[in-house]
Amino acid sequence: MTAGRVGQQPGNAGWVEQALREHEEAERRESEAARARDHSHGELSGATEAAGRRPPAGDREQQVLDRIDRARRRRPRVREERITMAHGAGGKATRTLIEAIFLDAFRNPMLEPLEDAAALQAGASRVALTTDSYVVSPLFFPGGDIGDLAVNGTVNDLSVAGATPLYLSAGFILEEGFPVADLTQITTSMRAAAAAAGVYVVTGDTKVVQKGKADGCYINTAGVGLIERETELGVARARPGDAIIVSGPVGDHGVTIMLARGELDIEADVESDTAPLNGLVAGLLDAAPGVRALRDATRGGVATILNEIATSAEVGVEVSEDDIPVRDEVRGAAELLGIDPMYVACEGRLVAVVDDADTGRALDALRAHPLGEQAAVIGHVTDDSPGVVRLKTAFGGTRIVDLLVGDPLPRIC
Amino acid sequence: MRFVDEFRDAQKAHALAAKIAALCEPGRQYKLMEVCGGHTHTIYKHGLEDYLPESITLVHGPGCPVCVIPMGRVDDAMHLASQPDVIMTSFGDMMRVPGSGGSFFDAKAAGTDIRMVYSPLDSLKIARSNPDKQVVFMAIGFETTAPSTAMTILRAAAEGIGNFSVFCNHVTIIPAIKAILDSPDLRLDGFLGPGHVSTVIGCRPYEFIARDYGKPVVVAGFEPLDILQSIYMLMLQLAEGRSVVENQYTRVVPWNGNLVALKAIGETMELRPYFEWRGLGFISHSALRVREKYAAFDAERHFDVPGVRVADPKACQCGEVLKGVLKPWECKVFGTACTPETPIGTCMVSPEGACAAYYNYGRMNRRRVREAEVSTP
Repeated sequence: MTAGRVGQQPGNAGWVEQALREHEEAERRESEAARARDHSHGELSGATEAAGRRPPAGDREQQVLDRIDRARRRRPRVREERITMAHGAGGKATRTLIEAIFLDAFRNPMLEPLEDAAALQAGASRVALTTDSYVVSPLFFPGGDIGDLAVNGTVNDLSVAGATPLYLSAGFILEEGFPVADLTQITTSMRAAAAAAGVYVVTGDTKVVQKGKADGCYINTAGVGLIERETELGVARARPGDAIIVSGPVGDHGVTIMLARGELDIEADVESDTAPLNGLVAGLLDAAPGVRALRDATRGGVATILNEIATSAEVGVEVSEDDIPVRDEVRGAAELLGIDPMYVACEGRLVAVVDDADTGRALDALRAHPLGEQAAVIGHVTDDSPGVVRLKTAFGGTRIVDLLVGDPLPRIC
Repeated sequence: MRFVDEFRDAQKAHALAAKIAALCEPGRQYKLMEVCGGHTHTIYKHGLEDYLPESITLVHGPGCPVCVIPMGRVDDAMHLASQPDVIMTSFGDMMRVPGSGGSFFDAKAAGTDIRMVYSPLDSLKIARSNPDKQVVFMAIGFETTAPSTAMTILRAAAEGIGNFSVFCNHVTIIPAIKAILDSPDLRLDGFLGPGHVSTVIGCRPYEFIARDYGKPVVVAGFEPLDILQSIYMLMLQLAEGRSVVENQYTRVVPWNGNLVALKAIGETMELRPYFEWRGLGFISHSALRVREKYAAFDAERHFDVPGVRVADPKACQCGEVLKGVLKPWECKVFGTACTPETPIGTCMVSPEGACAAYYNYGRMNRRRVREAEVSTP
């Protein structure tokens, strides 16, 4: 960029005016609708409704909250002119990008549920198909590397769709100059991870780009699995009263990566939780037919999944901070960094929505597996405040848990 | 977890809440301002308002570093960042603050070299490893972060680093509090003093608030029980008709502050005659600039900074929110045109901003929550 003048940045100038115009228009429409409503009500049952026309001051807050709720339900639109890091962080911007660009372009009934894997009919069989790209930095970190991450991630996306993972593809994008020894180490751990999960890497692709055009090594894996169970899974199936279970302590992977980057000068004894979940899921589904939805808590963490449950099923979700398992080391590091473990990525944990009658069986099945020993019920689906996730804080208060905006920003004071 | 859980004990909170409620005079409304954005964050994050009787209103003050940065300074920083061979460095909170032509994040996506750092010393590190570039640190914050900027300037001077400078936007808390006290549209009963600022400046600078304005001040820590206890201490003063400065955060805040830190600030920086605060306008002697002696490390002297003044968008009511005249939800565009993903005003950017804290954590009608809890035993 040449010596620029202020205002020359190809940023998002102009959207403020646009947002304000839209806001004013919505407000005008709302007040017209309210007038029309008052008018018709006035003719029908004047006495009761007349009191509601001028709301008491305390209810104005509720009106504003309702208006925000409506604004949140509006069709998402990408306002930025360029992709920013926030679009990849797994929070609001990611969701907007997916819904406004990708879903808009490719819309079909198999894509629309936006589950971790698509369920498809292939002849007489039902199969699940998924794909995921891995760009983690650093490539090697305590508890794993990009190789086992790329296998486990895709195995898990198939598993939480209720499928038995079978075959994987592996595509490599390598940067000129990348050490072959590192590549060997990555493929060795991929082989081990595939063996542990009982899947085969059956096809692949290699591309090499000039130095500086990629960061060492990126991997894409796709996976196919067989859906043999009758159980239909999906976050939209959550019903009031259902229990919400996590399979173990949250946030290990994200915190490990942050610390492994070495930018923070914090040392803690944490490891990535990267692991294949197919064994755990199979045990759970065999024991508890009342499982309604499964998700693996990757980018955006448990909080993002809870929000997906609340919006997809149009239900409320209430969880209790005290009941969410978090390792002390992870809590400590997150506390120092000013981030919330609820939003931090895991790579070997799932969130399950289970019919309350089956909660005991589900917990027993999870705890019987080494990856689920610390499984816990963290909350319930409710019928009040649909679309909203509420957290009972350990301190005894209540707060909202919304989707995150962009990367968790460390607080400065 | 030690040193954290002790300060989040729900049983102790219930006991304190009962003592606070007992101090409320029937029929009287209390407005207490927490000056610091860190307090605002804690209050919402832990749902602390659930413990307070309805007659106590917490008013969120101006102590959020990015919230008080006027749009013109963001544009100036953007101008600096777009100079050839400049690497701009900034705290994460600053990255999403909108200037009139977009935020640092937008500029970064468009190819400008802007990097996020966790400390100004990281910027110095970048300067050392990029000797052919000019590295600028966007310094923001109150007396809390000013010492680290000062120490970095001293370090750069000692090492003779020639390609590092600071775009200084440090502000001081006392003139802002005074501006709020003198503002005719607000009536406050007391202040929760900013704990972290006070570790540097101590408790003495607040004495005029108690003496001249008759308002009690309690310097408060950042855990939820710290804040509840501080509210109790304020309510006790009000009940007994006292107004003095008290220190709740004694485990961190020395009464006289941190002399070493103050000396470092004094050595490298001096008060500006005046500085523009977002929403509060120009306040005299309310900000710091780099001293002449360290001119080599002053981005404003090193580069040609346009010094533009940009008016806030008309609909934005950040000023009223910063002064505590409006609650976040009372702003016209709150939550509809202005949201955390598309912030129009600064209060919606930082997790310490009153609007962002309310939007992310507190977006519920507390009265309804209370009523629901009473009805379900």
